[in-house]
Amino acid sequence: MSIPPHSRRKSKYEPRSHAGGMDSVRTSAMIASLDAEGRETIDAPFGHTLVDLAKTRDDILGLSADLSKYTDLHIFAQAYPDRFYQMGMAEALLMSAAAGLAREGFVPFATTYAVFAARRAYDFIAMAIAEENLPVKIACALPGLTTGYGPSHQATEDLAIMRAMPNMTVVDPCDAIDVAGATRAMMNHEGPAYMRLLRGKVPKVLDVYDYDFVLGRAKLLCEGKDLLIISSGIMTMRALDAAKFLAKEGVGIAVLHSPTIKPLDQETIIREVQKNGRLVVVAENHSITGGLGDAVAKTLLTHDVFVPLRQIGLPDEFLDAGALPTLHDQYGITVERVVGQLRHWLEG
Amino acid sequence: MSLMRRAWAIRRHALLMGEVQGQGYIGQALGVADILAVSYFHAMNFRADNSEWEQRDRFYLSIGHYAIGLYAALIEAGILPEDEIATYGMDDSRMPMSGMAAYTPGMEITGGSLGHGLGIAVGAALGLKRKKNTAIIYNLLSDGELGEGSTWEAVMSATQWQLDNLIAIVDFNNQQADGPSRSALAQGNELPKWEAFGWFAQEVDGNDLDALMVAFDAARHHPEPCPRVIICNTKMCCGISFLEAREKTHFIRVEPDEWAKALLEHEEKKPL
Ligand SMILES: [Mg+2]
Repeated sequence: MSIPPHSRRKSKYEPRSHAGGMDSVRTSAMIASLDAEGRETIDAPFGHTLVDLAKTRDDILGLSADLSKYTDLHIFAQAYPDRFYQMGMAEALLMSAAAGLAREGFVPFATTYAVFAARRAYDFIAMAIAEENLPVKIACALPGLTTGYGPSHQATEDLAIMRAMPNMTVVDPCDAIDVAGATRAMMNHEGPAYMRLLRGKVPKVLDVYDYDFVLGRAKLLCEGKDLLIISSGIMTMRALDAAKFLAKEGVGIAVLHSPTIKPLDQETIIREVQKNGRLVVVAENHSITGGLGDAVAKTLLTHDVFVPLRQIGLPDEFLDAGALPTLHDQYGITVERVVGQLRHWLEG
Repeated sequence: MSLMRRAWAIRRHALLMGEVQGQGYIGQALGVADILAVSYFHAMNFRADNSEWEQRDRFYLSIGHYAIGLYAALIEAGILPEDEIATYGMDDSRMPMSGMAAYTPGMEITGGSLGHGLGIAVGAALGLKRKKNTAIIYNLLSDGELGEGSTWEAVMSATQWQLDNLIAIVDFNNQQADGPSRSALAQGNELPKWEAFGWFAQEVDGNDLDALMVAFDAARHHPEPCPRVIICNTKMCCGISFLEAREKTHFIRVEPDEWAKALLEHEEKKPL
C-alpha cells in the first residue's frame, strides 16, 4: 500500500535573522494594549466586584482551572481562601464540580480562558450545568482577539458556541464598569451565565455615559443621524472613539451598546434601527459567524425590518499570532480601521 | 425484607419495564440489581416520601441508560410508585429511557453523556463538606466510562480534596457499546490504578450480596481521609439464564414471548 506523504503546511513567513527594528511591536506587549494610551483603567474589576459581593453572600464560591491569576480570581482567593477551589488544569472537572456545588445550593463562579470553556468543556457546561439550569457563573478571559498567542488562545467563536446553548445567558462587556455590572447581574440571575472577561488593568469608558449594566438590555450611548453601530465588548470602546472622531467631520454616529448577546434586547435594537434610514453596522470582537452580527441580522429579518446591514468583526478563519496592536490593525478592529470602514460605507 | 428479596424485586420491576419497551438495557439493570439493593437497602439513608431530604445520601447515576435499573430500585424504595412501570419510556412518562434529573424524583443528575457523573460528584461532595452535611455521595459508573478522560480528572480531584464522603461504584461488566471493555481502554487491573491515585479501593463480585455488604461497610467506615471506590465485577443479565448466555448484551432485543419466559424463570427464583 502506498500512502502519499502529507502535504505539510509551509510557514507563511520567510526565515529571517533579525527583528524588525525599533518600531516592531512585541507579542509580549499584548495585555496592556487593549485601549488608547492615557485612558484611565480600573484594576481587576471582576475580582474586586466578586470580593464585594461575597461579603454579603456566603453562597458565592470561586473555582479556577489553573488560571486564577489570569482571570483576576486570585483577588477573591486572597480575600476568601476557604471559598476558593483550585481545580487544577482540568476544565471538564471545573465545570462538572461547579455543577455539583450548585446542586448543593452554592453559586460557583468558574474561571478559565474562553477557548477552554467554550471548546474543551462544552459538553460539561451543556449537560451538567445548562440542561439543569444550575446557577453556575462562567467568567472567561481572552475573548475574541485579545491575545497575540494565536488560535489556541484566541476565542474568536465563543459567543457563537455559547449562544447556541439552551438556558445559557451570554454577556460581552465593554470595560471595567461593564465587567463589574455584569458580575453583579450574573450573580442575581437565576440560571447559568457566561461572561467574556476583561482582566488586569481594564479601561474605564462607560462612566461618562449615564450607563448601568442591565442584563438583557441594550443601551444607546450616543445619538447620531448618519449611521447606527450596534456593538458589544471592546468594540463599543472602538465605536465610541470612532463616533467622536467622525463627529469632528460632521458625521453623526449613534452607538447602541448590546453587552447581553443572549437574550438579545430585540425590542431596543428594532426600535433604534427603525428610527430613521441610517446605515446599520454591527461591530464585535468575534468571528463574523455566529455572534452579535448574526443575532442582530436574524432579529431584524424575522421582524420584517429590512435595512442595509454591515458587519465589522473578525474573519471566519484561524487568526495570526503577533502583537495585539498589529493584529487589531490587520483584522480591522482599531479605531482607525473602523473609521476608515465607516467612511467607506457612508461614501459608498 | 431480606436483601436477596430486594434484589429479586428490583430485577422483577426492571423486567416488567423492559417488557413495556420490548428491548433495552435490561442486561445492565439485571447486572447491577444487587449493587442497587445493597445501596438502597443496606447502605444509604433516604426518605421515601421526600426525595429532596437534605440529609439523604445522594446516588448519582452517570450511566443514563442504566435508568431502567435505578427506576426499579426507586420503585422498590417507595420513591416512585409501582404503577408507573407501564409508562417506562413512553411519551410524558417520568421514566424516560435515559435518566434525567428533571424527570424523575430520586434521579439526582442527568446522566447519559458519559464521564460526567464523577466530576459532578466531586463538586457535590465538596458542597456537602462546606455545609457540614454528613451525607455520602455515591456515584455508579461503568467500565466504559473509565475510558473518558474527565473521569480521571475527577479521580485526581477527589484525592486532592480528600473526599471521604464520596464512594464510586464501578460496574465492571466488561461490556460497552462496541464490545468487551477489556479490548478497548479498560486495560490492566483497575484496583492498583485507583490505589495509585490515592483511593481506598476494593474489588468484589458485584453479584454477591454478602461481599457487596462487606465492601460497602468498609467503604463507609474506612478511617483515612480519601475517596473510596468499589470495583464490582458483574454479570450482564445476571439472574436470567437464557439472557446471560447471549453474546450481545449491551442493548438487547427480547422477543415478546421471551419476556414471559424470563419472568417465569425469575418467579421460580423468588426468595422467601
Ligand atoms: Mg460496561
